[in-house]
Amino acid sequence: MESTVPPVVAVDPALSGRSCAPVGEEVRDAIVSIEGLVYRAGRRTIFDGLNLAFRKGQVTAVMGPSGTGKTTLLKLITGQVRPDRGRVLVDGQDLGQLSREGVYTVRRRMGMLFQNGALLTDLSVFENVAFPLREHTDLPERLVRHVVLTKLHAVGLRGAASLMPAELSGGMARRVALARAIVMDPALLIYDEPFVGLDPISMGVVLRLIRQMNDALGITSIVVSHDVHEISAVADCTYLLSEGRVVASGSPDELRGSQSEVVRQFMNGMADGPVPFHFPAPDYETQLLGASFGNREAGGGKVRP
Amino acid sequence: MSLVNLRIDRLGGLRGALEKLGAYLLFAGRLLVVSPRALLRPGLVVAQIYNAGALSLALIMFCGLFVGMVLGLQGADLLQRFGAEEALGPAAALGMLKQLGPVVAALLFAGRAGTALTSEIGLMAATDQLSAMEMMAVDPVRRVCVPRFLGALIALPLLTAIFITIGLYGSQLVGVQLLGIDTGQFWSQMRNAVELDDIAEGLVKSMFFALAIASLAVFEGFHAQPTAEGVGRATTRTVVNSSIAVLLLNYVLTAFYIQ
Repeated sequence: MESTVPPVVAVDPALSGRSCAPVGEEVRDAIVSIEGLVYRAGRRTIFDGLNLAFRKGQVTAVMGPSGTGKTTLLKLITGQVRPDRGRVLVDGQDLGQLSREGVYTVRRRMGMLFQNGALLTDLSVFENVAFPLREHTDLPERLVRHVVLTKLHAVGLRGAASLMPAELSGGMARRVALARAIVMDPALLIYDEPFVGLDPISMGVVLRLIRQMNDALGITSIVVSHDVHEISAVADCTYLLSEGRVVASGSPDELRGSQSEVVRQFMNGMADGPVPFHFPAPDYETQLLGASFGNREAGGGKVRP
Repeated sequence: MSLVNLRIDRLGGLRGALEKLGAYLLFAGRLLVVSPRALLRPGLVVAQIYNAGALSLALIMFCGLFVGMVLGLQGADLLQRFGAEEALGPAAALGMLKQLGPVVAALLFAGRAGTALTSEIGLMAATDQLSAMEMMAVDPVRRVCVPRFLGALIALPLLTAIFITIGLYGSQLVGVQLLGIDTGQFWSQMRNAVELDDIAEGLVKSMFFALAIASLAVFEGFHAQPTAEGVGRATTRTVVNSSIAVLLLNYVLTAFYIQ
């Protein structure tokens, strides 16, 4: 099938101090490099020759329509799934060539914030943040307490140390998860849809934390998000994915000024465009008038409650 | 044509079942290999013995008492027909030690603790807790599955011993207190008839049952589809497969001991 994805929109790095790594070229200061990535899920090709790099010290946003492979990209970067072809290099190490222990060693230098926080529900806030320290270090209890309270203070939740995850709001849970993600002082922090379901205040807090953590700790951040306006405030660079390819890259402002149809549709939230509003279906009239319910060929089929 | 399709479907189903059996055996093997290291952190295992064992205690004691009472009632009625009611003690003891105790306790354990294990691990997967552990470079099999597996493995034989003890008390309650069988005869005949091998048989059976239930429950939880429906189905499979495994193993072990 011929791809309808438009070519990558050219970006002039001189337009801002926040330049994206040039797509398809070797980048010296990249912490994550993706080279010729091919990944299939069953019969569906998610990525077909993806090239991408994430520069050290930057907050890079990855945006794109639903189902375009953003979360799969994070799974590939974290070694949760392996590519069918191509390489995913993290700090120069090819995750596809590493053993399970090797991947774990790389992950110790990463932190990940899941969409729902993914706190361990049988542990208190304090124990959740202390969890990586207890698993990977033999630090004395006093030092563990000191580190955990420092990280909780950084996200403004030192006072919630004794609470259980069930007692936290969505925003608080995500901040605790952020404290847990930075407790091992990672070099790379990955956020999977960090703003989903947050009220404006919590969203503002998380946004500020993403930028502050990145700058204060001197780390690299990759943020997968749909929230175009919010992420614009903190991202140095944005990659827009569509149909498993980078269709545009640059600062959010640059993307907003793009003439590419798919970029305009995404940035302006248009319902229809290169990404169609309707899921592929048989002819509307035929389906409504021409067949009885339950006829699969006419698009009926069994419907489960 | 439809016959051919039917055969292909059946072959596909058989292949799927064999694949699942293979996955289960590999997973169970991994649990056993990792288990010794998990014992280095006894706190995690003790917490799971509490969850699987102490929290099942009330159910086991209650059911043990009534199973024992029924055994006493039915046994006394049967033995009276042959004028051998004084044999109620050994009959109840052997029945409880070799068959009813290990099997009923295991089935109750599968329903109470096995389902709890499956649903807990399944929900941890559904809420990304296991993925979060993976991302923290912590192996969820080592941190979550193995302590639960070991907890259940240790808890069931202990619960079985309690079930049998309470059951024998229930038999005595009905046989001696209710039906008037001589208390001395009840206990002394039991002591004379029961040998150490009989106790060992019950213990060995309960250990095999614990191995099957714990590994199945943890396997189903860990491999559950991370949805509400998926966790529900996995929990059902735990009860069904554990019950089948217990009854099957019971026959094999009984045949082994009778030989």
